[in-house]
Amino acid sequence: MEQSAQIAMKNRTGLGMSPTQSKQLLESLKGIDGQPAAAAGDGHALAEMRATFRAEAEPLGTVPAPTSLKGMAKSGAKMLAGKRPQVLIDKLAERAAFERGGTRLYEGVLVKLRAESRASSGEVPRELTEGMLCRIRDEEAGHFRLVSECIEQLGGDPTVETPSADLAGIESTGLLQAVSDPRTTLAQSLHAALAAELVDHAGWELLIRLSEEIGNSSMVRRFREALRQEDEHLSRVRGWYEQLTLAEGGASAS
Amino acid sequence: MALRLFDGKGTPLERQRFTWRELAHKPISKLDDDAFTRVRVILMNGIESEAIRFQHLAARMNGPLRESLARIRRVEQHQETQVNWLLGADHSPLETTIGYEQVAVEVTAALARNEPDPYVAEALRFAMLEDFDHLYRYSALMDRLTGMDPNNILQCYTDILPGRATSVEHRDPLDDLTRPWDKATAQPLTKLHTMTIVSGEYQTHDYYMNVGPSFADPVARQVYAEIASIEEQHVTHYEALLDPSLTWLEQWLLHEANEAYNYYGCLQQESNPRIKAIWERMLDYELGHFHHVAQLMKDHERRDPQEVFPGALPEPFPYASNRDFVRKVLVDEVSLRRNGTRFVPLAEESQASIDYRRHMNSQGSPTEIVAAGYRWLPGTELNRKAAGF
Repeated sequence: MEQSAQIAMKNRTGLGMSPTQSKQLLESLKGIDGQPAAAAGDGHALAEMRATFRAEAEPLGTVPAPTSLKGMAKSGAKMLAGKRPQVLIDKLAERAAFERGGTRLYEGVLVKLRAESRASSGEVPRELTEGMLCRIRDEEAGHFRLVSECIEQLGGDPTVETPSADLAGIESTGLLQAVSDPRTTLAQSLHAALAAELVDHAGWELLIRLSEEIGNSSMVRRFREALRQEDEHLSRVRGWYEQLTLAEGGASAS
Repeated sequence: MALRLFDGKGTPLERQRFTWRELAHKPISKLDDDAFTRVRVILMNGIESEAIRFQHLAARMNGPLRESLARIRRVEQHQETQVNWLLGADHSPLETTIGYEQVAVEVTAALARNEPDPYVAEALRFAMLEDFDHLYRYSALMDRLTGMDPNNILQCYTDILPGRATSVEHRDPLDDLTRPWDKATAQPLTKLHTMTIVSGEYQTHDYYMNVGPSFADPVARQVYAEIASIEEQHVTHYEALLDPSLTWLEQWLLHEANEAYNYYGCLQQESNPRIKAIWERMLDYELGHFHHVAQLMKDHERRDPQEVFPGALPEPFPYASNRDFVRKVLVDEVSLRRNGTRFVPLAEESQASIDYRRHMNSQGSPTEIVAAGYRWLPGTELNRKAAGF
């Protein structure tokens, strides 16, 4: 198991490792006799084509109508009076999808921690324990169940994939790839977890605002508790990531 | 209404053309379109892909046909592009994989139910149970790697349950060969079914070979490697049903008839009007190809192509859930194995397959590891509160 930032004369990217070829390559910038002219214009045509596709595009999908109007009326009376209830359902489903992905993300980080511990590198921060990571993972799973319950209370179906839930999956793809790659280190995996926690934090803040808007004090209270836990996750993950990176750079982990 | 291949001429070849904009147009909605629209898109991509593959092989061995092959193949290329680009970018490779396995289960089941040749029907049911298991293994992978629910692709049409375990599907190459039908006596429907399933399995194999290495997770990479190997077996299994004495022009005519027949089934049953219009256009293009090749058969083989496809074709298979049929086949036939070209009880499996499998699995079976203890639940297995399932 190698560290991420070892210095070796192995990396072949960039110009410096190819002195002869890079010199010849740069000569091409001066032009070659008889070469075809570069295409006329600039990046505007690209932007224009994208704009026409955007203008004609259909949405990713729709949010289904609540299956129980009674539940919706009970929990979101103010929203029914004039605001669009599907916005809240969509954002709740987004959180549910994100928290499920987050649970699996931390399972991947756990694999890296165990490997690092087995290697006895001595650089793992004291508080970064298997027990602590399991706690964070379980809290992510708990948040998924909390949000699912709230969707049901609002008369929605928690198994539906809404457009924002769909997008959460797309956005998380790179993070899961980073963590599940056996070549990435614990620190690199925590960087992906940090990116997830930053987005998650903003997601919970928005959910609290939306539940305040509909005057659902129970949801506000439960979401604030979830946000408090997410704050702790963010703080811990950021700290571990920084400590591991500093330790790799020569500073001692605390 | 049944399709009569010789009734209309379709779109003349010289009028079959596209623009880039048409090829890369608006995709279907992963969330709002019916799962069977996606099933049709995936299947027809496979059928076009097979058309191009076959026509390249034919060109290598048939000088006098090269010009016609080049002209038609260019159209097939653009037809495949237009069809395959209908899949939206929010389909992750793993979600598309779930879609592929739904095609493999539902289309194979539908073909098996409508297949007149008992041996071919048995071959279809046999491999269907293997694809059914692939769906279960990939579902476990999706759930456990990404936290996503495969049922959002399947839309409740298809069960997520173990089938014939993937780890026991690995066979000696000679135990994948099947007995070919006789072109003189086989019904046109048997020929069309065989071509349809070969096309579907071939593209599934190619898809897994392409996307497998794009996964970072080492278990996912192995799962794709293991299931891609079975898809290669399935291509062998179905391809061997084809009568090897078919002439190149008979094969080409069969390909074009099959493309038209399948587009006709899509057109009949499509629920999205925009996609229905594409199926209609493609059907007309394929009828144009069919008549071009029928003329080639008259010119080169001095034969009447109506001998190959007499009368109207049977109604295309329905795009609908085959849940009850699949469950019955699962219970009745999951323990079947192979011995040469025969489907045999468990105890009669060939020793060559047992030996081959023992070595392949000797360092562990990724499809067993990924699905250990897995039971699908609505909203993923993390949804433990869904007690009672």
